[in-house]
Amino acid sequence: MSQVPKKLRLATVWLGGCSGCHMSFLDLDELLIELVEKVDIVYGPLVDTKKFPEEVDICLVEGAVTNVENLELARSIRSNSKLVISFGDCAVTGNVTSMRNRIPVKDLLTAVYHEAQAPIGAESLEVLPALLKKALPLHQAIKVDIYLPGCPPAPERIAAALTALLDNRPVDL
Amino acid sequence: MNLTALTELAEQELQRQQDLKLRLFLCYSTPCISAGAEAVKVALEELIKEQDLAAQLEVVATGCMGPCSRGPLLRIVVAGEERTYEKVTPEQACEILLHGLAGNPIETGALPADIPFFARQTKIVLGNNGWIDPGKIEHSIARDGYAALAYVLHEMSPEEVCNEIKKSGLRGRGGGGYPAGVKWNLVRKSPAERKYVVANGDEGDPGAYMDRTIMESDPHRVLEGMAIAGYAVGAEQGYIYVRGEYPLAAARLTKAIRDAERCGLLGSRVLDSSFNFRIDLRVGAGAFVCGEETALMTSIMGRRGQPVPRPPYPAQSGLWGYPTLINNVESFANVAPILHRGADWFAGFGTEKSKGTKVFALCGEVVNSGLIEVPMGISLRDIVFEIGGGLPDGGQFKAAQTGGPSGGCIPAEYLDTPVDYESLKELGSIMGSGGLIVMNETSCMPDVAKFFMEFCMDESCGKCVPCRVGTVEMYELLKRITDGSAMLGDLETLEELCGLVQETSLCGLGMTAPNPVLNTLKYYRAEYLAHIEENCCPAGVCQLDQVPLLKLPEHAAELAIFKEEN
Amino acid sequence: MPVITLTIDEELVSARAGQSILEACRDHEIKIPTLCHLDGLSARGGCRLCLVAVAGSPRLLPACTTAVQENMVVTTSNEKIERYRRMILELTFAERNHTCAVCVSNENCELQTLAAELGMDHVRYDYLNPDLPLDTSHERYGVDHNRCLLCLRCVRVCDEVEGAHTWDVKGRGIKSQVITDLNRPWGASESCTECGKCVEVCPTGALFTKGSAVAEMKKEASFLRRILDGREKRQWRR
Repeated sequence: MSQVPKKLRLATVWLGGCSGCHMSFLDLDELLIELVEKVDIVYGPLVDTKKFPEEVDICLVEGAVTNVENLELARSIRSNSKLVISFGDCAVTGNVTSMRNRIPVKDLLTAVYHEAQAPIGAESLEVLPALLKKALPLHQAIKVDIYLPGCPPAPERIAAALTALLDNRPVDL
Repeated sequence: MNLTALTELAEQELQRQQDLKLRLFLCYSTPCISAGAEAVKVALEELIKEQDLAAQLEVVATGCMGPCSRGPLLRIVVAGEERTYEKVTPEQACEILLHGLAGNPIETGALPADIPFFARQTKIVLGNNGWIDPGKIEHSIARDGYAALAYVLHEMSPEEVCNEIKKSGLRGRGGGGYPAGVKWNLVRKSPAERKYVVANGDEGDPGAYMDRTIMESDPHRVLEGMAIAGYAVGAEQGYIYVRGEYPLAAARLTKAIRDAERCGLLGSRVLDSSFNFRIDLRVGAGAFVCGEETALMTSIMGRRGQPVPRPPYPAQSGLWGYPTLINNVESFANVAPILHRGADWFAGFGTEKSKGTKVFALCGEVVNSGLIEVPMGISLRDIVFEIGGGLPDGGQFKAAQTGGPSGGCIPAEYLDTPVDYESLKELGSIMGSGGLIVMNETSCMPDVAKFFMEFCMDESCGKCVPCRVGTVEMYELLKRITDGSAMLGDLETLEELCGLVQETSLCGLGMTAPNPVLNTLKYYRAEYLAHIEENCCPAGVCQLDQVPLLKLPEHAAELAIFKEEN
Repeated sequence: MPVITLTIDEELVSARAGQSILEACRDHEIKIPTLCHLDGLSARGGCRLCLVAVAGSPRLLPACTTAVQENMVVTTSNEKIERYRRMILELTFAERNHTCAVCVSNENCELQTLAAELGMDHVRYDYLNPDLPLDTSHERYGVDHNRCLLCLRCVRVCDEVEGAHTWDVKGRGIKSQVITDLNRPWGASESCTECGKCVEVCPTGALFTKGSAVAEMKKEASFLRRILDGREKRQWRR
């Protein structure tokens, strides 16, 4: 019996972003089918796992680090993943998520939860994870191995990066 | 005025001074005025009026005498013996006058004549300080003012003048230390229908006031040096650029220029020769970068004070594209003595590569702070512990900062280093224009570096990216180190940025802005590491009340501030 | 015109006296990255991207403002120069709020293109996120200071080519900002001739034609050469 090659463990994470990068990931279409033959998707918005797993081979991180929860998750991503990829402009530069950076957090929360016609009131502040002063690109919190830019990155670019990694070739975008 | 008339005027004035029974020299420079010299002057004048003594004595409001921390200073000479009184009140001053006039001067309040502060100094540039009224041209002339110019105009060729300066070994006193004679010759040899001479009086280093004092105390010395330079390089127009924060220097220079023009010592046909030389004053608008020569010249030309890339150097293409000789005020103040007493005499002072003397503004944690002039090559230890009298209140010497925001801190183990251009550079600092700040053990080095970086950040003109943005990013990193939120990688980033800004900035401001950081990292790296790794400021200066980003989740209590206060 | 021989990247080349290193390089198709430089405008030496090593000079020199000299030996690229160029780009990105995803010049931006060419894939420095205004008071054009690099092409083209000198700079250091007239809204400017040259030469989306949506603003600076050839060489072409 031939030995089945061990599948790589792939995680995708959604931090402070719009999930557009994940949409673009889904746009890999039939490549997704090829992909699942080579990888196990062990964590992500598409997977019902609450805790970030151990021994992840590749982790795609979408979005900026914008609150304490993101920061905690970023830490466990780094300590449990071999390769961390900044996935899309928000993770690479802060992008749209960081456009709030010039507004003080207090004004920001006031505008959203007190002044605007928000569905929830002031009490929601209690349950929100504390916002950082600034939304930060991922590499300012943890070490990042590969940068995959784009808003969102085109499926072709994601495919190029992932297939290169799966074939053990350097990623050249 | 010609040479004979100049000599006559000098003799007349000397005679007048000798005929007086007593001359009181009151230090009337900015530090002493702020210490109360004005009231002393008023009291003395009233007393003279009251007792009708005007025919027998005079009060000379002089420039800086040096020991500024002891002002107001009053000096008298009785029977050939000089006495300098410190911290003089109006009442004491009247007594000093009356006793001095009677020939038995009081001793209370008099500084001993042999204290190292005076004894260890060598005064070439500041030779007239404390002995003349800067507002009276005849005082200056009586002490050989314009004699060197008269000699040069009638006895020397421009080439000879340049060579004499070259032979003297005088190097630029603005900080760079470029050989003055070489620069003069470059401008002299540049073919052009018009040339300019510029004196840089835009002294901006924090804590430095050498040039201000020279301009305030002996303006004619600077003008004479510029005129000699004009003759030597073939220029008919000079500009003296004074920073806007020095109104007294500007006022005294304006009067000096007018007086010299009236006497025929500046203007057309100077001293009845065929040499014409006008000097105009330009007042800066408060930008540190205008001390950089190319930015200074753009400012003189009426444009936004920003540097332009060199080459071409000012000696080739300066003001309005013409060859321009630009030297520091202190450099020009050395010129007349060199030509008056000879290059060999001047070269007798100092070390092999750094000739003459250097004026320093000694300040910080030192008993005698003030303005000093010392021969090049003197050790830092002599300056701090002999002339400066050591540190007050039993303080421990930690470092001496030279060169302001472009310089660095010299630690205690190098106290015996001779003070000259090369030695200081080897230590990672620079001679600079002459600020010298003594620090004790309560100074935190990353905090000092942050102070200077903030200065450079505020003073960056914004023309080139490395300086405009690099100084801000370096400041942010230093802020993190001193507030406790830094991570170890930050030190690496900081060092790399220092390299970039040093090597790629457009002008001297940016190129030297990282010096205080690099230099303190070299000697006090452990202090930086203590801040980052142990969250501890050894000098006890920094608050360190912030948390590194990655540790934020563990500081739930502090996190509340992100909800409430920000 | 005297010809000068010099070595650029180990190749012997000739150049005209008075040319800059940059001009000589371009004549020989040697690429040097530039940002503040624009053919036809005075050299500024501010962006520091065109720094090259010249044998005998202790410092790197900007190719745009340094004149060629006989026997000069120039190196336009090495590991250090490339690293410094990337760092300078990082600083440029960190300085203001360059959000490519929502910029009118996305994919037509010189800064973005340079970052891709030089391999600058992320910024290690703190983004400074200054709070800067947007001036859309002009009828046809707008200026978004968040995207401005302070290359001052607008200032130079307005002064040197159009002759209006509407643009200038206020403040210094990190607080520098381009302004119209004496810091009046662009729409209230009396000196602006509405020629639009500044918009065309702007390397990013800082100056734009109103009504452009994301990635719609394409700029064309080649008009400058046409005008200057007419003016200087009396050669008129369309």
